[in-house]
Amino acid sequence: MNVYLDNASSTRVDERVVDAIMKTFYEDIALPTSEFVHTPGQRVKELVEESRKKIADFVGAESSEIVFTSGGTEANNLAIKGIAFAQAKKGKHIVTTAVEGRSILDSVRKLEKSGFRVEIIPVDRHGFIDLEALEKAVSSDTILVSVQMVNDEVGTIQPLREVVEIVKSKNPEAIVHTDATYGIGWIPFNVKELGVDLASFTAHKIYGPKGVGALYVKKGVTVEKQIDGGYAEFNLRGGTPNIHGIVGFAKAVEVVDWKEVEEVRKLRDYLYEQAILRIPEVILLGPSDFSKRHPANLNLSFKFVEGESVVLYLDMKGIAVISGSACFSRGLEPSYVIMAMGHSHETAHGSIRFSLSKYNTKEEMDYTVSVLEEVVKSLREISPLGGN
Amino acid sequence: MSLPYSKKLIELFVHPKNVGEIPDADAKATEGSPACGDMVQLFLKVDPETKRIVDIKFKSYGCASNIATASIVTELAKGKTLEEAKKITWKDADAELGGLPPTKVHCAVLAVDALHTAIENYEHQHGLLKEKVPTSKEVVINRLKHVIDPRKGIDVVRGKTLKDVEVQDGVAKIYLNMREDEEFANHLKEEIVERISPLWDIKRVEVIFSNE
Repeated sequence: MNVYLDNASSTRVDERVVDAIMKTFYEDIALPTSEFVHTPGQRVKELVEESRKKIADFVGAESSEIVFTSGGTEANNLAIKGIAFAQAKKGKHIVTTAVEGRSILDSVRKLEKSGFRVEIIPVDRHGFIDLEALEKAVSSDTILVSVQMVNDEVGTIQPLREVVEIVKSKNPEAIVHTDATYGIGWIPFNVKELGVDLASFTAHKIYGPKGVGALYVKKGVTVEKQIDGGYAEFNLRGGTPNIHGIVGFAKAVEVVDWKEVEEVRKLRDYLYEQAILRIPEVILLGPSDFSKRHPANLNLSFKFVEGESVVLYLDMKGIAVISGSACFSRGLEPSYVIMAMGHSHETAHGSIRFSLSKYNTKEEMDYTVSVLEEVVKSLREISPLGGN
Repeated sequence: MSLPYSKKLIELFVHPKNVGEIPDADAKATEGSPACGDMVQLFLKVDPETKRIVDIKFKSYGCASNIATASIVTELAKGKTLEEAKKITWKDADAELGGLPPTKVHCAVLAVDALHTAIENYEHQHGLLKEKVPTSKEVVINRLKHVIDPRKGIDVVRGKTLKDVEVQDGVAKIYLNMREDEEFANHLKEEIVERISPLWDIKRVEVIFSNE
């Protein structure tokens, strides 16, 4: 049996999305860069604008506030660097959290070298931002605060509304950005209700294609273009837009079905219940209050065993998961997210992330738990740390 | 499957040889620590006449490479004399496994270190040292380079957890930049005692914590 449980990295593309994309390869061959040239170009322009409208509606934005990018990483780079360089005269202070994705953390580290002051807000044991520390950090010099909507590793949903309130009450000029790449389509999200100024999205974590995303830029917020080459995307992103991807992205949000999300949630809960019922000495990483947790995420640390061994063994049995173990990472460092939450190296090394999708079944969960039970037992038998 | 591991490595990961403990072992050694994510424990049974390794077993906490290299090292050492086993290097283990990915070479180093330390411990405890050089401060520090501070993920020497070492009249005093009530203090103390006490002329090991 093949069980794919790495959907927080990327999901399988929905058939309806594939159909929508396939049509564009044959029928929509021109570029939308100029609507005054020819009919095929005009056609594609309309297609892109229809797609933009669908995505804007889905997140509660105006069409003119959605800028298409090559994905979440580019959207995050455009948000962080774009704000920093556009607002450098107003201040030099940037605030973010310890559990952001690499594209946020690497971007702010780079800005630090150009004279910006970066403050990293800690998180608690469940991955929630320390709101008191945030309140202390924001000052009149703060130009940007970036807090993710949901963590893809441990599933923590951040209290974004409170974050916005705190930031704006300390400094109404400060821009609030959220990396919502693993959030939209899974958790209801509305830019206006939350009051964020910028938000990053990606298609491939909600059954859309890889290589396309978007940045929401609230009307009136100035962002400096990062990729030069023409006036595309409201002069905020040069280059040929990924037409096929954009159409696929729009289709993916169009077919989001909240009932399906609830089914995934039930399946995730079932996986968790079965795992802790059948395997002793397991630590749940991320919120224990599942209402504050991503519906498709589960992260468990199995004491006395190391995660890479578990991943490899599961892979041999057809099950795809990832680990926060140092051995699993390129830098031989344990997951910085789990470490920032104050857990031990050992807990990080033993952690396994299961991320589900609507394509998973109950049979797959049963199979996964039985293989898991077997591998954890046999690895604990040879572990000098005990467990048996 | 295009994983960066050889068939042999995978085979030994799934079915490792010589797994377990030897309750009446003549020598044992532990390398690595759970904080590093890699730990190997080795047990030796040595024929006192022939000085041949008659039995060897291991336990491992770590990735697939860690388990496979520990398994291969026990296979290479079994039946060899202590002098022959000393000559086994991590390159031998690496070659037997058909080449490890570069980031996994340290696993082979760890397993071979465990073998060498176990042999060294045996020699210290059974009066086999050719020259009985009195244990110096340097010898103690070198051994402490294998003790990992779990708070830092690096050894106590490099991580500056070690403040000073004194060796006098068979007593080794290990001074640490760490309070006794800190997390892992007890764990570190045990590791240090286990690491230093096998030395042939050391009768007692004292771990002294700082008050700051």
